[in-house]
Amino acid sequence: MSSFSVTEPSKGQKWFAGIVVVVYALVTLMPLVWIIATGFKSPADAIAYPPKIVYEPTLEGYVNLFTTRTRMTPEALEEIGPPQTWYDRIVRRYDMVISGPSRYGERFLNSIIIGFGSTFLSIFLGTLAAYAFSRYRVPLKDDLMFFILSTRMMPPIAVAIPIFLMFRQLGLSDTHLGMILLYTAVNLSLSVWLLKGFIDEIPIEYEEAALIDGYTRFQAFYKVVLPQATTGIASTAIFCLIFSWNEYAFAVLLTSGTAQTAPPFIPTIIGVGKDWPAVAAGTTLFLVPVMVFTILLRKHLLRGITFGAVRK
Amino acid sequence: MAQIVINNLRKEFGSFTAVQSSSFTIEDGEFFMLLGPSGCGKTTTLRMIAGLELPTSGQILLDGQDVAQMRASARDIAFVFQMFALYPHMNVRKNISYPLVSQGMARKDVRERVEEVARILDIGNILDRPVGGLSSGDRQRVALGRAIVRQPKAFLMDEPLGALDAEFRERMAEELRALHDRMGATTVYVTHDQLEAMQMGDKIVVMNHGVVEQFGTPQNIYDWPATMFVADFIGSPPMNFLHFEGAVKPGTGSIRLNDVEVAVPVQAGEASGKLALGVRPEHVVIDDNSPVRGIVTATEYLGTTQIISVATQGGNLKVRAPSSRIVGVDSQVGLSFRQGALTIFDTKTGRAVLSEANREVLSHG
Repeated sequence: MSSFSVTEPSKGQKWFAGIVVVVYALVTLMPLVWIIATGFKSPADAIAYPPKIVYEPTLEGYVNLFTTRTRMTPEALEEIGPPQTWYDRIVRRYDMVISGPSRYGERFLNSIIIGFGSTFLSIFLGTLAAYAFSRYRVPLKDDLMFFILSTRMMPPIAVAIPIFLMFRQLGLSDTHLGMILLYTAVNLSLSVWLLKGFIDEIPIEYEEAALIDGYTRFQAFYKVVLPQATTGIASTAIFCLIFSWNEYAFAVLLTSGTAQTAPPFIPTIIGVGKDWPAVAAGTTLFLVPVMVFTILLRKHLLRGITFGAVRK
Repeated sequence: MAQIVINNLRKEFGSFTAVQSSSFTIEDGEFFMLLGPSGCGKTTTLRMIAGLELPTSGQILLDGQDVAQMRASARDIAFVFQMFALYPHMNVRKNISYPLVSQGMARKDVRERVEEVARILDIGNILDRPVGGLSSGDRQRVALGRAIVRQPKAFLMDEPLGALDAEFRERMAEELRALHDRMGATTVYVTHDQLEAMQMGDKIVVMNHGVVEQFGTPQNIYDWPATMFVADFIGSPPMNFLHFEGAVKPGTGSIRLNDVEVAVPVQAGEASGKLALGVRPEHVVIDDNSPVRGIVTATEYLGTTQIISVATQGGNLKVRAPSSRIVGVDSQVGLSFRQGALTIFDTKTGRAVLSEANREVLSHG
């Protein structure tokens, strides 16, 4: 196979590879750039055609995202007096005053509680289950593993109606607990399978050495296996978080108030006067936690910590 | 330091019996080898002594106390793994101190003990290095350090030299033996390498198919194998077998090997039918006056000695002779056997027939 050269790639090949990467990055990053840019446009600039590349940035979208506003008559405005703060000044251009905070903060917090809560629970249960499947003789192990995976063989929304009815019956509708349990249930199959793969790769000798060094089985698990599994746990956690963070269909169906997450909330902003910049601003901020989480766990994603400690 | 008595130890995995009723005694301070081909149950036996497997039945007496069903951590035994199993997320010092930390020893004492072990093993300069980048020899020493730092009742080693390069192996084997002699610690060592076992062990247990074939000092096992398996497994080249039909009974002093009379040690046991005469290559002498004849098929030069392959009526055999003895391939030679070093095997059972020569060695085991 001549195309698989063992020598250094030639200059031309390097250039070609570089171009492919750049084109790919442009294609995938374009929508993101668009959204971030739109967040800083005025409503008029946001829907301008052809799209404006150069525009005067404004925080209007962000102000609108976090506030509710009321239009007032010029007389009433005169009575209030001139705007006091920078955000007051922005809304005053449209003869409006800020009448209170919007629901975005709450919804965002709901997303954080539900997203991280279900991720934690998926990882916690998934690690224990994966360890048991990896190390113990579990009766019907293969069947159980297949059964766990089979919950992923249909789109989760296929069971929306039964879940909707169950949640109503159990009083879990529109509760944080309900959403955490639901997302955990969906994520668990993924986390058990992924983590089992990672734990299988950790040589059992480490635990045996710990057992002989005077530790109990559980101590060996959390002092020796867990540190070795951080790579797997980190990547699994990222997958779980991304799923529960972005989940839309169940959130629309099962939450409306107290436990509503950001994804079903953001589109409702549009209703208030085609406010695309506010939607874009909400989406931009919504990206931040997953990005931060991924960056924080990035170093654990790099393999190689076990390199060389056991000779294969 | 401790004496370990293995009493009728048995381990079954489902329907497969890995170890069948083994019994042997490891004396205090002994360097004890568990030897056998892979799958013979030696590692399972070692893991049962360590507490990593629980026996199906039988006793493991550690200084008189039955520990067979006790947790590994409660046995005070150290284990050196073939693949070292150093904790990869800790540096050398932490790896070595880990067993002490689990006992809740004071930090200052831990430090002292680790330094002392590092001195013994000459690894003081790498104490603060991560284990990832170490050479296999250093990793081996760290694994040993983790074992000796605890001053346990016994050391168990599962082919600890198996992962090393051939040249390094020799040196580590010497170091291990020297370390053992200095500390006088009871050591149980698993290997499939008969040379390693002979070279390092005070006593050897030879296992096959989960059965203890023979138990004794390297020399006794080499000179007086209890079974054809042991005779064949130990020694390089292994013991020769010359097959013949006949019968021996107590008092028999010679056998008829294909119509030639061969003197053997006075027999103490009884056997008949298909028998085999076992003789080590160095106990066969090229002797042109002997009536046992054979054709030389090959010679293999080994420096001071050579191995001569000879085809005889009773089968092929190998002769270890001085290199100075010149024999041509395809030439006919006569062979004589050193009477005092011969063993007769019953090929039906594979066991050696007792004689005046091997009686003392074989009857106690």
